Amino acid sequence: MEFAELIKTPRVDNVVLHRPFYPAVEGTLCLTGHHLILSSRQDNTEELWLMHSNIDAIDKRFVGSLGTIIIKCKDFRIIQLDIPGMEECLNIASSIEALSTLDSITLMYPFFYRPMFDVIEDGWHSFLPEQEFELYSSATSEWRLSYINKEFAVCPSYPPIVIVPNSIDDEALRKVATFRHGGRFPVLSYYHKKNGMVIMRSGQPLTGTNGRRCKEDEKLINATLRAGKRGYIIDTRSLNVAQQARAKGGGFEQEAHYPQWRRIHKSIERYHILQESLIKLVEACNDQTHSMDRWLSKLETSNWLTHIKESLTAACLAAQCIDREGASILIHGTEGTDSTLQVTSLAQIILEPRSRTIRGFEALIEREWLQAGHPFQQRCAQSAYCNSKQKWESPVFLLFLDCVWQILRQFPCSFEFNEHFLIVLFEHVYASQFGTFLGNNESERSKLKLQQKTMSLWSWVNRPSELSQFTNPLFEANNLVIWPSVAPQSLQLWEGVFLRWNRSSKYLDEAYEEMVNIIEYNKELQAKVNTLRRQLAELETEDGM
Amino acid sequence: MEHIRTTKVEQVKALDRFSTSNKSLTGTLYLTATHLLFIDSHQKETWILHHHIASVEKLALTTSGCPLVIQCKNFRIVHFIVPRERDCHDIYNSLLQLSKQAKYEDLYAFSYNPKQNDAERLQGWQLIDLAEEYERMGVPNSHWQLSDANREYKICETYPRELYVPQVASKPIIVGSSKFRSKGRFPVLSYYHQETQAAICRCSQPLSGFSARCLEDEHLLQAISKANPVNRYMYVMDTRPKLNAMANRAAGKGYENEDNYSNIRFQFVGIENIHVMRSSLQKLLEVNGTKGLSVNDFYSGMESSGWLRHVKAVMDAAIFLAKAIMVENASVLVHCSDGWDRTSQVCSLGSLLLDSYYRTIKGFMVLIEKDWISFGHKFSERCGHLDGDPKEISPVFIQFLECVWHLTEQFPQAFEFNEAFLLQIHEHIHSCQFGNFLGNCQKEREELKLKEKTYSLWPFLLDDRKKYLNPLYSSKAQRFTVLEPSTVSFSFKFWRNMYHQFDRTLHPRQSVFNIIMNMNEQNKQLEKEIKDLESRKNKQTDGVPTKELLHSIHPESPSLKTSLCFKEQTLLPVNDALRTIEGSNSADNRYSDYAEAFSKSEPAVVSLEYGVARMTC
Repeated sequence: MEFAELIKTPRVDNVVLHRPFYPAVEGTLCLTGHHLILSSRQDNTEELWLMHSNIDAIDKRFVGSLGTIIIKCKDFRIIQLDIPGMEECLNIASSIEALSTLDSITLMYPFFYRPMFDVIEDGWHSFLPEQEFELYSSATSEWRLSYINKEFAVCPSYPPIVIVPNSIDDEALRKVATFRHGGRFPVLSYYHKKNGMVIMRSGQPLTGTNGRRCKEDEKLINATLRAGKRGYIIDTRSLNVAQQARAKGGGFEQEAHYPQWRRIHKSIERYHILQESLIKLVEACNDQTHSMDRWLSKLETSNWLTHIKESLTAACLAAQCIDREGASILIHGTEGTDSTLQVTSLAQIILEPRSRTIRGFEALIEREWLQAGHPFQQRCAQSAYCNSKQKWESPVFLLFLDCVWQILRQFPCSFEFNEHFLIVLFEHVYASQFGTFLGNNESERSKLKLQQKTMSLWSWVNRPSELSQFTNPLFEANNLVIWPSVAPQSLQLWEGVFLRWNRSSKYLDEAYEEMVNIIEYNKELQAKVNTLRRQLAELETEDGM
Repeated sequence: MEHIRTTKVEQVKALDRFSTSNKSLTGTLYLTATHLLFIDSHQKETWILHHHIASVEKLALTTSGCPLVIQCKNFRIVHFIVPRERDCHDIYNSLLQLSKQAKYEDLYAFSYNPKQNDAERLQGWQLIDLAEEYERMGVPNSHWQLSDANREYKICETYPRELYVPQVASKPIIVGSSKFRSKGRFPVLSYYHQETQAAICRCSQPLSGFSARCLEDEHLLQAISKANPVNRYMYVMDTRPKLNAMANRAAGKGYENEDNYSNIRFQFVGIENIHVMRSSLQKLLEVNGTKGLSVNDFYSGMESSGWLRHVKAVMDAAIFLAKAIMVENASVLVHCSDGWDRTSQVCSLGSLLLDSYYRTIKGFMVLIEKDWISFGHKFSERCGHLDGDPKEISPVFIQFLECVWHLTEQFPQAFEFNEAFLLQIHEHIHSCQFGNFLGNCQKEREELKLKEKTYSLWPFLLDDRKKYLNPLYSSKAQRFTVLEPSTVSFSFKFWRNMYHQFDRTLHPRQSVFNIIMNMNEQNKQLEKEIKDLESRKNKQTDGVPTKELLHSIHPESPSLKTSLCFKEQTLLPVNDALRTIEGSNSADNRYSDYAEAFSKSEPAVVSLEYGVARMTC
């Protein structure tokens, strides 16, 4: 097997592992095709089991013949290995470097991983578009499923099945696709049952400098409006950026051609700006020696929380159009694969109670991120430590998870899942034994035959034993629209992710456990009271007879 | 009442300070002898105590009326619009008079009457007994004695009558030392750590100038270090920045010269003075009061205000003190300039880290009585109870409360009390409703006859104990379980619930804390009910129930007849009340926040607020 060539030294003894908040451990280091394993000498227990794909960057240092490798992980953890022997150390370092940056997707761990658990429900079939559509079709007949993209020919980044207005035929869709960036013609993202308003998403219209128009496009989006109603187009770029896009063949909807629509520009940052923001934030969080002033200024200049505020504000605006103004909306940026999806998915968290349940949230990620063609492979190839900055790397999805966490903080009883669930999703997006987040879109995934060759994350997550860890004990279904506050005083640094490895969470974890105990005890007592009352009532009626 | 010309104004509008939409509530404004009351059209009442008013401002007349902005010491800011300028002017003038009293006797505490008799009132004052507290600490003992030197306030007016000093410190030594210390505040015991036999002592700065020395003072310090049988050296912590301490030397004051004192280790810890703290908080509040505040402005405001830096400095000092005692077993003498601001902060916070008793409700009251009230923290001047020098006002005590809050955040199970308790105490240092915080030292309080004329706050807080309990509190901790907080900068956060406690739109919509607190309460009720039901069941199965017993079951459990289809909620109606969600009605002003945010930054937008579409691009 190819991996053997990459592993020059598979095993080194007397390696010392240093981690913050744990005592140093001495043990034997082993390299396998996909893991770095350290077992302590005493009882052969594993102290560390690290997936190569989780490694973002490594540094090496030498003092005499003692080598030190500092491993920086995509989940922001930093560990240190002291390896005796210069040659061993160099070999290990070069192996890690090679194994953590494999070129071919099919060499990645998900293709080799064999689950140790029984699959109760195959996650690859948990969220089929047909099933999702059934949820809507009972409420409206204005929409239909289209199989136009079955061969991924019309839009390479769309799934084979999309939801479009009933009155628009596939021929028209084909024309609209040529008018929208990446062929991403407007499709249904969300249907608000309360008032029948919808969120649609697409790529930018290709108007260019000469103001090209497309009648079918106009017809398509107008078909979603009720008589006499207006809709809103939310462009996730600033007006300036949108105008500049015309020079490159892109653009925005001219009001003359879309008289029933009002356009709002709500700028959300993307690409390298987010990536740089994340790098700065993680750097600030990792330095324990910062003075207060320096810490606050680093936190500020990272701009991470500004991006959080921007995304949440845009999502609230979208939700406001739907729920308060009773208006349908179309959301797009340039490609419609990043900021667009942040807005459509966050708006659903705000509007739709189902998306705040575990299954509903999984369905949301499946629909609005995976099937909608967010390029996970490109965006999440590297994390905050890597030096080789590629312009397509960007923590868009992490930003989305952070926004969800902010809403969860403000409505701690309205979500079926807890913070831990969000953290686990973050980990699996960057490095996973499951195939779910491989590839950039459904077309790539189907070519890779992920369904046949890898396991779905949902197959594991949705097992009762795992679900219990992800369940929020405070959850009580709440059918309301939840409006978060976006004031800076209400937004917080997501400590569970960004300070996770930099502070001891012992006391916080204990307090959480105590909270769970109180809730469990409450349930127990209530059940007991009910049983006793019932028994007493039965005794009473017996006596009565 | 002579200051009140208008007692009632109708059609007054109240604006939300963070709402950007000019939406307002209309209601009626009432002015009473003690409070300003606003009742809005939903019959919601807002009571503002005159003593809580920090400033009243009348803004320029607008078309809708005359704006009146009231800033309160508990960080409430209200913005009224009074339709007629005449009324506004009257209220403005009345509030100016009523919020600034010239005499203690005019403060609310002297008229507040909670319907208690004299015996009850006196009992209330006796709830916290400092003699008992020193006994709990383990003094007097073979090394520490109660000194009667200050029994008549002759040596130090701002100290309490009863002071604990080393056994070997004779009266001449005390008198000599007091003459060498600012305001006569010579070194005395603040906390005795029984486990290590080390002590926290406090005093004011020495009048050393550039070279002066005092043998009695040197003796007294030596006596303190000798009172610790384990470790002969002691720390002297000067809580000021070194530069400030040096500047004081020119005025004949200063700090201890290590060469003159045997066995001392001198240390500066650099907490800024009351003036720096005052302007720091002012800056912070200014920034946070801005409408449509951006994240960057928020953080750069936090940074430039320096507030969290100051809080961290106080915390670091307390940790230094606790470590000296726990790790080195050394006694510590703490002082600043006068020894009633920074010294109180560091001594009390240090004791709280060392002794879990101070983390209980009662213990926290004792701590405040001891290190703040009895040792002469000038509450009346620092809180501006009377119309006086605004330069004396400073949030020193608030800073202490904030440090405690940070500890409760880091150690959620270590405190018997919750955040509401801290907020309530803060409310009352300014309210002047109770006598505890009136005056600047014990002598002044005795002259005011506070114990005869006013009530003590503590029994009232204890009566409401349930509200202030931390449901996660773990009482298993040993007495000397030391808290070792992290003071890495990222451990400090903005205390939203203090500085925005009345800005409800900024808060989480559901409170985990309240749910758990109510659940804990409910669990106790359920336990009781189970016991009750079990005993009834036993009686039922033991024999034929009496007629009375049957009767007693029926009215309490009406749902039992339909026991097959009952739901948990019908049995336990409390459950519904546990969870409330705010902010889902259309009057919610966060709604407009989003709209504002885009309409300001982008000209080419639709103003959803008014339902009118305007395009300008």
